[in-house]
Amino acid sequence: MKFGIVVNEGPYQHQASDTAYLFCKAAIEKGHEVWRVFFYHDGVNNASKLTEPPQDDRHIVNRWSKLHEEHGVDLVVCVAAALRRGIKEENLAQGFRISGLGQLTEAGIKADRLVVFGD
Amino acid sequence: MSEIKKFMFVNRKAPHGTIYALESLEVVLITAAFDQDVSLVFLDDGVYQLKKGQQTKGIETKNFSPAYRALEGYDIEKLYVEKESMEARGISEEDLLVDVTVLGRSEMGELMDQQDVVLSF
Amino acid sequence: MLHIINKSPLTNCSLDSCLRVAQRGDILLIEDAVYAATTGNAFEGRVREAMGRFRIHVLQPDIEARGFAGRLIEGVLPVDYSGFVELTTTNKTCQSWL
Repeated sequence: MKFGIVVNEGPYQHQASDTAYLFCKAAIEKGHEVWRVFFYHDGVNNASKLTEPPQDDRHIVNRWSKLHEEHGVDLVVCVAAALRRGIKEENLAQGFRISGLGQLTEAGIKADRLVVFGD
Repeated sequence: MSEIKKFMFVNRKAPHGTIYALESLEVVLITAAFDQDVSLVFLDDGVYQLKKGQQTKGIETKNFSPAYRALEGYDIEKLYVEKESMEARGISEEDLLVDVTVLGRSEMGELMDQQDVVLSF
Repeated sequence: MLHIINKSPLTNCSLDSCLRVAQRGDILLIEDAVYAATTGNAFEGRVREAMGRFRIHVLQPDIEARGFAGRLIEGVLPVDYSGFVELTTTNKTCQSWL
């Protein structure tokens, strides 16, 4: 099956992006396709390459980048939400791209299932 | 795009205290351009989004409530409010800034079951 | 339909609202909602009552993280992330009660 995922909360503050990531990993392991992850609201902060967690903590941003690199997951950050929060091309982590909200609607249309993670 | 899906946007959060209501409205307006079958649902504190007479000057934020009235112009005409949520908040249809369809809780549940995509923020 | 809840029922009404509005189907408790599935919590009666209409699942890693692995209400079905994925595929749609 083809999955679309929506992440509405920032990393570290809320468990939403952890749950979303673990869901994606499990879906891929089961042979499904995670076609796109759309980051909205404070979720856009998942894309900041300036993120530096302590050594002994998980690196949420790099984990997403790796998902893109290894499984071709399309990581889309909403442009309006991103600009509001200071996320721009210049501080975007590897594998993410900035685009419009239409990409979220498109995910709803083209994916077999859309699963939302938020507060 | 030929495929038409039933999209439901579920609003359960009050406006102003957090940005969710405003940013979900932005998604709704974009989705309208994709010619999908769009419904908006207001449940729990989400019904406060539709309250008439919101004045945000004093808190220095954008008053986006008039935008709900513009939805019709985008061919978004299916607005549903749950009766029990309104009653629990002392709100009647006259308090709302747009025309809505009021549904009882079980009718609302049935409507949710008929959707293809449910988005909540 | 799959209903996903992520808040404790003692601080937030999302589970209560879901039980009020939804008619049937699967409910999955994740993140802070897993406390709803533990014995002795003030919402236990509501969860037991809902089992007639819904299949109630709980995300096991979330319950373990919170120290309640041994306190699951009988009849609540534990799932791992793979089981979570499964629930989204066996149901036609899912709704996160955010």
